Amino acid sequence: MLVGPGENAGVIDVGDGIAAAIRIESHNHPSAIEPAQGAATGAGGILRDIFTMGARPIALMDALRVGPLDDARSRWILDGVVSGISSYGNSVGVPNVGGELVCHPTYIGNPLVNVACLGLLPVERLVLGRASGVGNLAVLLGSATGRDGIGGVSVLASAGFGSGGDDPSAADGDEETAKRPSVQIGDPYEEKRLIEACLGLLDAGLVVGIQDLGGAGLTCATSETASRGGVGMDVDVSAVPRREPGMAPFEVMTSESQERMLAIVTPDDLDAVLAVCDRWEVRAAVVGRVTGEGGRLRILDGPDGAVLADVPAASLHEDAPRYDRPLAPSPARAADAPPPAPADAGADLLDLLVDPSWVYRQYDSQLFLNTIEGPGGDAAVLRLEHPTTGADTGRALALTTDGNHRWCALDPHRGTAMIVAEGVANLACVGARPLALVDCLNFGNPEHPEVMWQLSQSIDGMADACLALGVPVVGGNVSLYNESQGHDIDPTPVVTVLGMIDRLERRPPGVTLVVDGLLFLLGARSGEVGGSRWAAVRQGGRSAGTLPALDLEAHGAVCRLVRDLVTDGLVAGAHDVGDGGLAVCLAELVASSGIGALVEGLDGHGELFGESASRVVVCAPPGERAEVARRAAAAGVPVAALGVAGGDRLVVDDLVDLAVEEVARRWRQAVPGALLGVPAPLG
Amino acid sequence: MSGRVGVVVFPGSNCERDAAKALATLGAEPEVLWHADATVKGCDAVVVPGGFAHGDYLRPGAIARFSPVMSAVAAFADAGGPVLGICNGFQVLTEAGLLPGALQKNRGLKFLCTTVPVRVESVRSVLTSQVPRGTILALPINHFEGNYTCAPSTLRELQADDRIILRYVDNPNGSIDDIAGICSPGRNVVGLMPHPERASEPLLGSVDGVVLLASFLDAARGSSPPGDQLREREMPARLSTEAGTPSSRQAS
Repeated sequence: MLVGPGENAGVIDVGDGIAAAIRIESHNHPSAIEPAQGAATGAGGILRDIFTMGARPIALMDALRVGPLDDARSRWILDGVVSGISSYGNSVGVPNVGGELVCHPTYIGNPLVNVACLGLLPVERLVLGRASGVGNLAVLLGSATGRDGIGGVSVLASAGFGSGGDDPSAADGDEETAKRPSVQIGDPYEEKRLIEACLGLLDAGLVVGIQDLGGAGLTCATSETASRGGVGMDVDVSAVPRREPGMAPFEVMTSESQERMLAIVTPDDLDAVLAVCDRWEVRAAVVGRVTGEGGRLRILDGPDGAVLADVPAASLHEDAPRYDRPLAPSPARAADAPPPAPADAGADLLDLLVDPSWVYRQYDSQLFLNTIEGPGGDAAVLRLEHPTTGADTGRALALTTDGNHRWCALDPHRGTAMIVAEGVANLACVGARPLALVDCLNFGNPEHPEVMWQLSQSIDGMADACLALGVPVVGGNVSLYNESQGHDIDPTPVVTVLGMIDRLERRPPGVTLVVDGLLFLLGARSGEVGGSRWAAVRQGGRSAGTLPALDLEAHGAVCRLVRDLVTDGLVAGAHDVGDGGLAVCLAELVASSGIGALVEGLDGHGELFGESASRVVVCAPPGERAEVARRAAAAGVPVAALGVAGGDRLVVDDLVDLAVEEVARRWRQAVPGALLGVPAPLG
Repeated sequence: MSGRVGVVVFPGSNCERDAAKALATLGAEPEVLWHADATVKGCDAVVVPGGFAHGDYLRPGAIARFSPVMSAVAAFADAGGPVLGICNGFQVLTEAGLLPGALQKNRGLKFLCTTVPVRVESVRSVLTSQVPRGTILALPINHFEGNYTCAPSTLRELQADDRIILRYVDNPNGSIDDIAGICSPGRNVVGLMPHPERASEPLLGSVDGVVLLASFLDAARGSSPPGDQLREREMPARLSTEAGTPSSRQAS
């Protein structure tokens, strides 16, 4: 690990002189109010976090959670969010290689838009957001500063929606409309030129430090760079290029206008810096100077003008208040009774199928010619090339995002551990071992003791799983006050796990089947349905019961086995059992391949729909059956022969008997159908 | 000779590295042509790659057509030089008047990134000279404005002159007459919405774009502007047959 939590992004050494920068961030509240721009600026912001570290962004991922699609506003939010990410990400030229789509009532009025970004840089080019060298200049790059987004972070991020407030008569619609001017407007073309200019400056060794402008704008960027560098800074507010006349100094200093960067450069290099910016048509203005004045941040009106503010830089950066809020466990959600056996398991299964391709087909997933496995698989696979020389390392990075609010609502500790475990299993399905994890903690109002308890439990669960599975957490983001109409969202930690494929000799098998392939279930069998999506649908959308046990040691063994089977080319298809259980796992294998399967010997509907972790289905070609079984035995991993792939039906014991065509149609049509107003339960 | 291929870069272009990489793999020598320089630097062929030139402000290609480099590209094309516009590059070439018609928003009003089957309809272009007519290629598309349209008289002309070189098998975007790619009357300027460079190696899932890029590179190697000579051999024998057997003529 080169850079841990607390900087703009986590950075790890991935060998061959290459470092990977990774971060995940939420843009939940802006997306609730103005979905397209809110989501677009979320993508823009996280890209800046990555190239601030000196890295070229090579991939985005988006984990999206909205209300059910039979709700018109949720449809509007989803359509806007996807079009915002699509228009911004595609235009700025960074492929979007995967993500998640979850539709559930807990997100009505408070969608979650989490965007992760991965970038690569030569190890020696790592730059940190700090100012140093008294007399050096602070140069503001990019857009002119306007009145957009003033107070954005505090207006939007630190309060819920429709929580009543002082005026209970205020309609939510009005309240949200009133917040709309706090959402910034993104310009991906400006960002694209800014990326090229900044990477050009870094390539030429022209910057001492660089920092993006995010929440609280210039105030935050200048105080953070000065504080981290242990220096002071004089900022001339009158030198900041503006979009409109008549802006007060405080507006200039707190504006969250997008697509701006602050570079610290030596006076000698200034002309060269301006020339690079000029080539990319990026505006550049000297707005400050590094001082030694005891770490003071001074805001001046004109080079020798009046001092408008004079504070210790560290007071704004490091001396943030620390809260120790009361905790109270959420009431246990015991099930009144386990859901009864399904009358028609096949019909229940069809209701659980959701193909998210309506979302990801709107994203450029292929740019840079490194996307070996794009969206739709268990994890994305990106060929690892040196970011400046283009040299092929023969290796690949893998990337996945995972979250599950149902598991975490029931048990935030174990649920979060299960999410980490699922991320590692997803990587194994493409042949990758985990390298690092970043997390985005989406929770309700922390002033509610049960929400603080969920947060605390969730962090403990994540720590347990990461320790046991050997995955360092290199960064994260917290999004609180996710509440609407007085209801906190279900606790929703989302993790992005970065993995490494040590030898990229072939494309990973993917979520698919081959005719006559033998289906193996790897991992301990279980029939527990607690916390499963099927059970929630049967219980009116509410999770209840007890989560299945999680054995992290056994999980690691399953993942290692699957990884080796995949990298050695012994399986023709692989898919982990997660959301929707074995039923959805099998149905997705069938729907993506167009090949049926005959599965026998399950322990009833519990094993079909339960979501116990540490289970992976692989499809072994006829010639590899014995070797797969031998390797599973050698690894001490339980293995069960489930059945055979082939034919045009998905048959599971006497539980399910569906035409492949119907499975595929329901899977593909779930989202487009719902958007057209065709009711489809998306529990 | 080498096959020096100029790759035009506007602010907002983003597929220039990909195009250069795929062509270099086939033995070309890519060279950046910066939008502000009114020269093609003596290159043997020019690629206008995909992306969002000038942010697609106003509409795709509407600003890029005024770039100094485009006057040099137009002169190069007039002289018979091979010019390939991919995706946004196709949009730029139509705006610049080097190819007829226009690309409007997709039917369905959504950006579309997926791989689709495309049928080769004519071997008579610098992009398709080595591909038998009727060949189905799996090619990635990645566009919002890929819905080709033109005046009825232009369409009749394109059809009559065998200038529709690629058609979608299953029209994804509403293009008139399923058009995925066309060429100029001289057959040396081609534009297509699919991305052949994204289907250029097995690890990417398709190699069907290679034969198109190889055809184009062959034209680059065979041509040597100024174009009077090129015009005389505008239709080499191999381009005039629909069998489309690869040329035995090697680079001169």
